[in-house]
Amino acid sequence: MAILLNRDTRAIVQGFTGKIGSFHAEDMKRYGTNVVGGVTPGKGGQTHLGLPVFNTVKGAVRETGADASIVFVPPPFAADSIMEAADAGIKFCVCITDGIPSQDMMRVKRYMRRYRFEDRMRLIGPNCAGIITPGQALMGIMPGSIYLPGRVGIVGRSGTLGYEAASQMKALGIGVSTSVGIGGDPINGSSFKDILELFEQDDDTDAVVMIGEIGGPQEAEAALWARDNMRKPLIAYIAGLSAPKGRRMGHAGAIISAFGESAQEKVEILKDAGVIIVPTPASFGEVVAGVIADRTKAA
Amino acid sequence: MDIHEYQAKELLARHGVHVPRGGLAYSPEQATYRASEIGGGKWVVKAQIHSGARGKAGGIRICTSDQEVSDAAEAMLGRKLVTHQTGPRGKLVSRLYVEETVDIRQEIYLAFVLDRKAERVMIVASASGGMEIEEIAEKQPDSIIRATVDPGAGMQHYQAREIAFGLGLENNLIGKATETLLGCYRVFRDYDASMLEINPLVVTRDGNLMALDAKMSFDENALFRRPQISELRDKSQEDPRETFASDRGLSYVGLDGNIGCIINGAGLAMATMDMIKIAGGEPANFLDIGGGASPERVAKSFRAVLGDKNVKTILVNIFAGINRCDWVAEGVVKAIREVGVNVPLVVRLAGTKVEEGRRILADSGEAVIVAETLAEAADKAVAAWRSATMRKSG
Repeated sequence: MAILLNRDTRAIVQGFTGKIGSFHAEDMKRYGTNVVGGVTPGKGGQTHLGLPVFNTVKGAVRETGADASIVFVPPPFAADSIMEAADAGIKFCVCITDGIPSQDMMRVKRYMRRYRFEDRMRLIGPNCAGIITPGQALMGIMPGSIYLPGRVGIVGRSGTLGYEAASQMKALGIGVSTSVGIGGDPINGSSFKDILELFEQDDDTDAVVMIGEIGGPQEAEAALWARDNMRKPLIAYIAGLSAPKGRRMGHAGAIISAFGESAQEKVEILKDAGVIIVPTPASFGEVVAGVIADRTKAA
Repeated sequence: MDIHEYQAKELLARHGVHVPRGGLAYSPEQATYRASEIGGGKWVVKAQIHSGARGKAGGIRICTSDQEVSDAAEAMLGRKLVTHQTGPRGKLVSRLYVEETVDIRQEIYLAFVLDRKAERVMIVASASGGMEIEEIAEKQPDSIIRATVDPGAGMQHYQAREIAFGLGLENNLIGKATETLLGCYRVFRDYDASMLEINPLVVTRDGNLMALDAKMSFDENALFRRPQISELRDKSQEDPRETFASDRGLSYVGLDGNIGCIINGAGLAMATMDMIKIAGGEPANFLDIGGGASPERVAKSFRAVLGDKNVKTILVNIFAGINRCDWVAEGVVKAIREVGVNVPLVVRLAGTKVEEGRRILADSGEAVIVAETLAEAADKAVAAWRSATMRKSG
């Protein structure tokens, strides 16, 4: 059943009646996502896009049985909205918002620890393109048409680079079980390792493509975890070979500030851990095709 | 966003951190006046640029007379200072800070950073201050003390005490050190800093604790709620190409190559730059036009990229999700006609409305080199740059 999201997931949209929230809510519905309503404080009781609007996430959960939420709330208020979702019993939250202050995200991560692990909401993002389980549902802003349903998982920081990988795979007839964007911020809800754990457990995923970039420790942490715990092939690309040290490359988290954070150093760490490296961003398709061919031969 | 040393010291002083007496100067006359205000017979004149390692580059001078202060100011003001942190272009010195000197008994390293692994504010301290943290980590790794702060509870007194005792400070300095550490934490938290480094924090001969230098950076995502920090921005310390772009809401980083890049999404932008490098070229910039790029925004991007005279070819790579290729194509045509693009232009479009986008480019009659894949786009851009350069030199 892929990971985190399928056709049965009951999703609400936080920041539902805004321009961006409305646009993507429509798009998600069109793709087949089971959108059951939305939240905009002060607009409770109205109907928007044929769905009920609620003042609070608790109200939405009570009335619709929602178990997932996607956040399109502007940066000054987004952290608050994530915490509201966590407290209302939402199990899975996708935050698209770009530009949330780091200290707000530190507070969010601390806040979510109030709940026992089993009850704790899983967050992906912020500053991500969302998640898609092709052929079933999408909670995000990606174009659904570039993903073929299939058995390769994708996890990445960047939206458009993820599209690039998926479309190269589609061109070779390779489909995706679920594609997860963890976002470009330094402090994020789920790390690469968190998502790899889910793909490793998923019966519908045979191999995983990890799309990392400069900055931060998460790719290295994921590689070490995969070396010791993952049986499925892990294929990775790290963006930012040409990025100079100490300069922020668009994403708030894409900055080389310590040893092991440059693209070259990360590639070395990943190689040592046995991860299959995609050498150029134009070769996602062929490398994944090669891995699948090897597995088919071995089986 | 970085601020100057004197600005950081002002913030810290307001929160109970002791700093030497000093004053700001924009001219040699002001510098000598500041020295006379401070009094005594020995001062330090410090170039205010957004970079560390100023001392080795001649940006910090000890002076013992008015004449020396004036000469030091004369030598520094209006010049570009090149340190190993500024890059070869260096940074312009337009402000000086004149300070009293202090007698130093011990130098301590102290920093507050955002630790991405712990997802908390981390305090890093060492009794071996005065050298850069990389050097301390190499030579005296055991001297480094680390502590993280619970974002719910904030920094506690015991944490400050533990660090103070860990640094080997004498009993009569523990109170002052605790006050300094908690003051730094408050500044860091209350102004949404991303980095605070005091190197060195010194113990003076007369038993005081003082920040001799201070470096601070702030979270740009939080500036909307920190107007008093936004005011401290000094555009003269920024790459003018980046100021132009950021004033227009574009995410741009200037580099040293010749192939200008206009791309949507930070990851795809980095990957496209990598691909240019693999194909044998060098990117001139990082530029993410972001989601929902209107024709106007595309035209602005062209202006930003063409503002760099080193650009000899432009590569546009758009994978449209929220974006639409037809809008981008319209923007490209608009830019060619309005901005005037006098270098080869390679455009690769993919995703939403790609056919419409390609048709608009083809129908425009403009000289656009179209590519279908990322690899093809990079190869064509590098080839176009090579032939453009050859034509010039031949």
